[in-house]
Amino acid sequence: MTVKINGTEETIDDGLSISGLLKKKDVDMPDMVSVELNGEILDRELFDSTVVKQGDDIEFLYFMGGGQR
Amino acid sequence: MLNDEQIERYSRHIILKDIGGTGQEKILNGKVLIIGMGGLGAPAALYLAAAGVGTLGLVDGDVVDLSNLQRQVIHFTPDVGRPKVESAKEKIAQINPDVKVNTHHTLATADTIIDLMKDYDFIIDGTDNFPAKFLINDACVIAKKPYSHGGILRFDGQTLTHTPGEMCYRCVFHSPPPPNAVPTCSQAGVLGAIAGMLGTMQAAEALKYLTGVGDLLTNKLLIFNAKNMAFRTVKMKRNPKCPVCGDNPTITQLEDYEQAICALKK
Repeated sequence: MTVKINGTEETIDDGLSISGLLKKKDVDMPDMVSVELNGEILDRELFDSTVVKQGDDIEFLYFMGGGQR
Repeated sequence: MLNDEQIERYSRHIILKDIGGTGQEKILNGKVLIIGMGGLGAPAALYLAAAGVGTLGLVDGDVVDLSNLQRQVIHFTPDVGRPKVESAKEKIAQINPDVKVNTHHTLATADTIIDLMKDYDFIIDGTDNFPAKFLINDACVIAKKPYSHGGILRFDGQTLTHTPGEMCYRCVFHSPPPPNAVPTCSQAGVLGAIAGMLGTMQAAEALKYLTGVGDLLTNKLLIFNAKNMAFRTVKMKRNPKCPVCGDNPTITQLEDYEQAICALKK
């Protein structure tokens, strides 16, 4: 099935959870990423139980510090 | 009213249909607080000073380090060792004597930040660490101050603008990452020009806020990667479960978060 990940259409396996997708995408520290699913920030506790559906719009958002020193 | 010298100095603003003389007067009456006078604060301060923002507040407890000069363009080589706020104040005075500068050679803390920001119309977060970024966000939400968030790392940058009632930084990033989980610029590096790109975006947001021109980056997160010059704006909305701006906030008082900075240069 196809979903949109960070603005790009991608084909992924059926039945993946958000956690599974993060693993697939080699996000090695899932605690460090916020996930927006179809315009809403997804609770971290729901990463395992939320199954990705055809046409989902998913954003992986990363912490970015920096600027002062 | 603008005097003849101001009409000439700000002529390129004044001829902008959206700004004009009225908009320039708003800028001259504007008060912007910049927290962090480093990679982001330096370009922001230069442009806001040049634009004629009436009062600039500068908050930074650091002194200029040689390794800062690669991107912190308001500080020059002879400034190494001087407080950043003093170095910046001197440059601002040379760029534009219209600008009043208030310097605070200190870190913004939970005890001081509300007082630091109370006289300002708009706040710019130019800090380099998550405890400070979350503190600024929470303080702005609680004190109902608009502000621009900015973060940079390696070749990437991201920014959002918060205004009272709209989505805040915590709506996206619930709480600070564990110390050292996310590298800082001093650990992972940053392309100097990225700081300029993001700091000037923050300055533009401040000027837009002061003049009421255009649409702010509210309820949006702008993300860019300079390796391929890809810019994206992700639509966001206020998270009703946000711990500070949500429907049942759990953060109603400010606290200092653990300083996650591990400066490799030391």
